[in-house]
Amino acid sequence: MTYLPKPKLAHPELQKNDLGFTRRDYEGSISTLCAGCGHDSISAAIIRACYELSLPPHRIAKLSGIGCSSKTPTYFLGNSHGFNSVHGRMPSVLTGANLANRELIYLGVSGDGDSASIGFGQFSHSIRRGVNMTYIVENNGVYGLTKGQFSATADRGAKNKRGVENMDEAIDMVGIAIQLGATYVARSFSGDKNQLVPLIKGALQHQGAAFIDTISPCVMFNNHDGSTKSYDYVREHNEAVNFMDVVTGRNEITVDYEPGTTEIVRQHNGGLLKLRKLANDYDVTDRVAAMNFLETRKARGEIVTGLLYVDPEADDLHGFLETSDKPFNSMSDEELIPGSAALEKLNASLR
Amino acid sequence: MSPQDAALPMAGSTVPPIQAVNDFVVKFANVNGSGSASANQLFAKAILRMGIPVTPRNIFPSNIQGLPTWYEMRISDKGHMGAREGVDLMVAMNPQTWDEDVKSILPGGYLFYDNTKPLPPSKFRPDITVVGMPLTSFTNAAYSVPRERQLFKNIIYVGALSALINIDPKVIEDLLSEQFKGRDKLIAANHKALHMGRDYALQNLPCPLGLQLATSDKVGDRIFIDGNAAAALGAVYGGATVCAWYPITPSSSLAEAFTRYCERFRKDKETGKKRYAIVQAEDELASIGMVIGAAWNGARAFTATSGPGISLMSEFIGLSYFAEIPAVIFDVQRSGPSTGMPTRTQQSDIKICAYASHGDTKHPLLLPEDPNECFQFGALSMDLADRLQTTIFVVLDLEIGMNERLTAPLKWDDTRKLDRGKVMTAEELQAGKVFGRYLDVDGDAIPYRTYPGTHPSKGGYFTRGTSRDEYARYTEAGDAYQRNMERLLKKWDTAKGLMPKAIRTDAAAPTKLGVIYYGSTSPAIAEALDLIAEQTGASLNQLRLRAFPFGPEVEAFVEEHDTIYVVEQNRDAQMRMLLINELECNPKKLIRVLHYNGAPITAEFIARGITAHLNPVREAAE
Repeated sequence: MTYLPKPKLAHPELQKNDLGFTRRDYEGSISTLCAGCGHDSISAAIIRACYELSLPPHRIAKLSGIGCSSKTPTYFLGNSHGFNSVHGRMPSVLTGANLANRELIYLGVSGDGDSASIGFGQFSHSIRRGVNMTYIVENNGVYGLTKGQFSATADRGAKNKRGVENMDEAIDMVGIAIQLGATYVARSFSGDKNQLVPLIKGALQHQGAAFIDTISPCVMFNNHDGSTKSYDYVREHNEAVNFMDVVTGRNEITVDYEPGTTEIVRQHNGGLLKLRKLANDYDVTDRVAAMNFLETRKARGEIVTGLLYVDPEADDLHGFLETSDKPFNSMSDEELIPGSAALEKLNASLR
Repeated sequence: MSPQDAALPMAGSTVPPIQAVNDFVVKFANVNGSGSASANQLFAKAILRMGIPVTPRNIFPSNIQGLPTWYEMRISDKGHMGAREGVDLMVAMNPQTWDEDVKSILPGGYLFYDNTKPLPPSKFRPDITVVGMPLTSFTNAAYSVPRERQLFKNIIYVGALSALINIDPKVIEDLLSEQFKGRDKLIAANHKALHMGRDYALQNLPCPLGLQLATSDKVGDRIFIDGNAAAALGAVYGGATVCAWYPITPSSSLAEAFTRYCERFRKDKETGKKRYAIVQAEDELASIGMVIGAAWNGARAFTATSGPGISLMSEFIGLSYFAEIPAVIFDVQRSGPSTGMPTRTQQSDIKICAYASHGDTKHPLLLPEDPNECFQFGALSMDLADRLQTTIFVVLDLEIGMNERLTAPLKWDDTRKLDRGKVMTAEELQAGKVFGRYLDVDGDAIPYRTYPGTHPSKGGYFTRGTSRDEYARYTEAGDAYQRNMERLLKKWDTAKGLMPKAIRTDAAAPTKLGVIYYGSTSPAIAEALDLIAEQTGASLNQLRLRAFPFGPEVEAFVEEHDTIYVVEQNRDAQMRMLLINELECNPKKLIRVLHYNGAPITAEFIARGITAHLNPVREAAE
């Protein structure tokens, strides 16, 4: 069986969001991933984030590369256009799509093989360009579909299922993303929905390159002793720097908060991020300090999670290129063709 | 050296100096990075302004400064624009290539050189006329700033040559005034240098030479533009809004021209906002990825590249074919394989463009012959990509792309509408029209698509490079896969009716001999056929291919002729391969005439190739 549609039944009392959609309206086909796969939790988190933000499902374009993680866009947002592209090339396809119509929300889903190995260049350059997108890497440290080879995010010294040790240094994708100018960077864990859902909501509201590295254990090939991407290992070594609530412009914060422990970041487009600080000295808007913090904690073997960096004044590729507000894909012939008179003038200048 | 020695009709010469009016070849040998290119271009434009057709060619190395470069100008009142063998007047400004340059002069030809430093008689030939001018010492005496010496030396030799072959100095003055419009000081300085050179020549050199220019009226309303710029302009008129590219010779100037024309035509005068986006990507893979992403989302998008880029883009080209996403690739061919000769011309990407990517794939190609067609096909490619929902290649080469050519003025019909292909709208979906992304509803094998974000609950689908059914649902079922592959073949047949037809020109008398050619070979063909008729009395019917897949007119031409010469600029006869493969014709009747040393093909070469084969054929027939 290659295609599993979900039954269209829904409980009549299912809650509806501001647009009148239920959670079911944001779902996709039934997952064909392994039972217990972390990726399914991320799909569920995406569904919840979009539902809670009341995003019109058809205004989201979901793009992916090749691999287990890249299959997941079939399992959420069934009414959205999706694009399962070429291995490691989702970022370029997303960049082009974004240029064609700046009004949609672009969600890129990829894996560690797709984005840290074959697509490392495209990942880096899409971040550098500030493409307005939510880029989620479902990071499990292995190639699942080809049966468990190490990926480029596997830690040095980590062991595969057969006990073979990985000798190569791991690529830390959040470190790279911050260095290359991503304006919203987070790390989370597929096993921690309470942390992950708000992070996705914040990213979807961010105007610029938002990147979320989500550690997502592979139950088949990387959930054993000796793995540094197993459920147990990540739970033991997870150090969250903050806990975030996303509050849209409509629901202003009214609850009192204890000064010094909560930080409010107002994003460019009006969305508010409420951050409960867990590490007292952590400032999410300080890029250099964030890099230093991440490196220091990495050396201690800790996996830092939470919202790691945000530039609330971020701009995106359209801003840099000064493109028109009207999407290219809805421009009329008159807006595009200079016409015969202009051509006559040009001919005259070429004689 | 005294002025009297300036012209040296060599002792013992038996060859009389060439006498020609408006029909000769001038070649400049320079060092690249020395500013000679603009002086040489000025020279060519002045001749055009006199109403005399001239075809210049830049022959340059893959290098920035210090290596040899040539600028060859064919002046032909008859309008021959193909390259011609042999040089009538060599302007030898580069000591590095002296021997080679002197050797290339035709017997009876002329050599103009800088005689500041005397050269031994062994460096010359007895059968040419040598004109020496102490350019360096002359320029150094007039200018003290090194950069000025360099630049004005070029204008000085243009001035001297204008006296030697009779170019109207007023025409050059006007061109300089246009070039430096608004910078009066520069204009005056350039005019002064021009006349310094000219006056020196009039007083000291054997003016006029046997090669003369006379005002003519053969240029007409034609314009002078390079193919890359014309193709870029075509993309603007074709409605392209997204250009993603990676620099590579000889295609870079296409993307740069697109940038220039967009600045001019697509920038809102009040807000400064742009109705276009140009991204210099990190590599060719990203370039084509962006093009495909943009086109998937309803924008018209293209990239410009050369052979190595096509190799890198192949995986995405397969996706475009299989998932049916529009894309346009301008391939400005250079000599391959591998890095090959990056600054030399060839037509050797035909095969890879036609069948790029793994699996069973085929792609439509447009084959422009000159800048005017680069413009037309540039615009047409955007319509075809949307109509056929696949990658369209516009296949140029360095010869057309990077050289300015005299070409028919560009025309646009203001009533023409862009053809956006089969796109289902929100209204149609709302009205209940059935949407199956890969469903052939019209019988032409072209399915309907929707742009992302069209309708809240209808028309959404998943695009993928994996197999799927008519409703874009993933499947590995063999019959669904095969149905889809067969529909793609049927779509290929539909494409045959949409591509520009090949152009046939028949000889005056009926003949069973034919010649097939395409692209930059075009200007040399008519001249070659004249030579063949002169030498053998034979005449041939011609067919100029303008596209792949081939239409019925190509099949008919192959069918009707017994012997067909397929003239192309590659080693493996790649177009012949396509003809044999697609038309299933008898390979024996398609005779290869192949030129692939990186230099532009000449009429003489084609004539030699065809007559060498023709003579034994005719003897056998007698």
